[in-house]
Amino acid sequence: MDIVYSVLPPQFLSQVLVGLSRTTILFIVASGLSLILGVLRIPNVAHGSLYMIGAFVSYSIAKLFGGGPSSYWWALLITPFVIALISFVVERGVFQFLYEREHLMLLLLTFAFSLVFGDLVKLIWGVEYKSVPVPGAFQGFVPLFGGIPFPLYNLFLLCVGPVVALILWFIVNKTKIGKISRAAAVDREMVGAVGINVSWVFATVFVIGCLLAGLGGVLVAPTVSVTLGMDHTLIIEAFLIVIIGGLGNIWGALLGALIFGLSQSLGILLWPKFGIVIPYLAVVVVLLIKPTGLLKSTW
Amino acid sequence: MKGNLLGRKGLLTGVIIILFLFILPFIFPRFYIYMTSIILLTGLLASSCNIALGFGGIYQFHHAVFYGAGAYAAALIITKSSLSPWIAFAAGPIVSAIIGLIMGIISIRLSKLYFGMLQVSLGSLVWVIVYRWYSFTGGDDGIHGIPLPEILSSANGAYYFTLFITGLSMFVLYRILKSPFGSVLQGIRDNPLRSGIIGVNVKRHQLMTLVIASFFAGVAGTLFVVVDNTVFPDMLFWTLSMEIVIMCLLGGWFTFFGPMLGAAALVALRTFVSSFTVYWALILGILFTLVIFFLPNGILGYIEQKFKKGTEVSVDRG
Repeated sequence: MDIVYSVLPPQFLSQVLVGLSRTTILFIVASGLSLILGVLRIPNVAHGSLYMIGAFVSYSIAKLFGGGPSSYWWALLITPFVIALISFVVERGVFQFLYEREHLMLLLLTFAFSLVFGDLVKLIWGVEYKSVPVPGAFQGFVPLFGGIPFPLYNLFLLCVGPVVALILWFIVNKTKIGKISRAAAVDREMVGAVGINVSWVFATVFVIGCLLAGLGGVLVAPTVSVTLGMDHTLIIEAFLIVIIGGLGNIWGALLGALIFGLSQSLGILLWPKFGIVIPYLAVVVVLLIKPTGLLKSTW
Repeated sequence: MKGNLLGRKGLLTGVIIILFLFILPFIFPRFYIYMTSIILLTGLLASSCNIALGFGGIYQFHHAVFYGAGAYAAALIITKSSLSPWIAFAAGPIVSAIIGLIMGIISIRLSKLYFGMLQVSLGSLVWVIVYRWYSFTGGDDGIHGIPLPEILSSANGAYYFTLFITGLSMFVLYRILKSPFGSVLQGIRDNPLRSGIIGVNVKRHQLMTLVIASFFAGVAGTLFVVVDNTVFPDMLFWTLSMEIVIMCLLGGWFTFFGPMLGAAALVALRTFVSSFTVYWALILGILFTLVIFFLPNGILGYIEQKFKKGTEVSVDRG
């Protein structure tokens, strides 16, 4: 092990794991965004708000179940469906009437919704910081890599990421709705012409995408202080990830999230003060080399 | 250009508004003078954005960067150097234009949504630097109490300075759009391919437009320093950019004065609504959703359509 450490110092390896757990969150949120962008072609700014609402809802549900270490599991179970319900109402109520509008309008409309969601969160939960309990089995730290303590919960995140990726892969490639939605992404009129109700396909995809945003919110909640404004920074990161990965490509979102998450954590290690700049620089470099994203876009 | 095509009625409205703006400090209390100053400079900011967005068809999604950069440049020169504040005021817009040029050169190869997102990425980079460079920019505290020349330190002095500079800038912007350059720009918006074929250097035109737009955003930022004596990192945050685009849409982005009107509506709304509730964003969001549904060409666009039924087809950029 000492030989490994002489090449890769333990701080570096530990920081890589931190970056990968961040990648998990980014991937889950960005894949939802990418799914919606690819199939519905909506640049959904409100996606970040659903992530934030997910975090706040998980706080409330955890509190409802006593706020103890096991209450988080209930939050993890229930919250994504609450978010799915909210997104279903929004999609059927408003968005479905605007699919034909140009992207700029949709961007602004979803921004308007993010303003509304932001204030509703303020109205319901107030402006104070909230903290969500870390689930009992994953509290505390484990010594990893030369004894550097590493939060157990982050290891849990590292396991969740691949599971979500697998489920998504299965839904997109192996199920009927996945196949239809991929077809609709390429040619929605043709899909309609063969007798499929495209409107409901869109609704389903939108709800699945938003559910992922909510899931990201629940998963991130125990690791951060849940607060207003957490939507605004995340949505920019998610958009950049989707853009560098290739619009609508879920594996692109994974690749983008890896680039963003790792450059973020390693950047902070190398250059504590301005490390946060590095992921943005990475995005610029990627876009200069491949303007339309690393993987094939569905657009 | 459909700005002052309302004929005599439009001219009369213009004269009344200008007269009103001149005598405003004599009638209204200080609070309204401040608010009107903010409206004017925000209107200039939105108008400069609309040069790229509405007239150039360039998805300028992160215009606030140039506003903030101009303001920070002016503020930093005043507080960190011994140069005259007037030099700082001149430097603000130039710094913005340079940043606009650099960002433009990088992102102009892309178009539409990709262009917009690259602007957002580059803009976020600028924002992060300002936000994190605590020792130089003051970090998230910003810079407060920026000393100004005596003539600008009163509310009225700042107001008249803002009014004059905004008026001058709007006139220059108007002339630019009326010039052959402006016509070519709108040609590119309506059909970039055809414009390229007839020999227009499309990318260079768009780049030039971005530089002009960021220059005037810098002017607006500098005016904010004059009016408010502060700068803070939220001036460069992307949510402000979205609000700028909202102002353009709200007023009507195929009109010249639309963004100014949109800015006035938004600033006034925020000021009054936030005086009795903290949930003004909720109201703005709902209002804006309604505008998208029912007034896709904005307030001024709607009025012009009403006045000129059948004489002009509104530009469809779908």
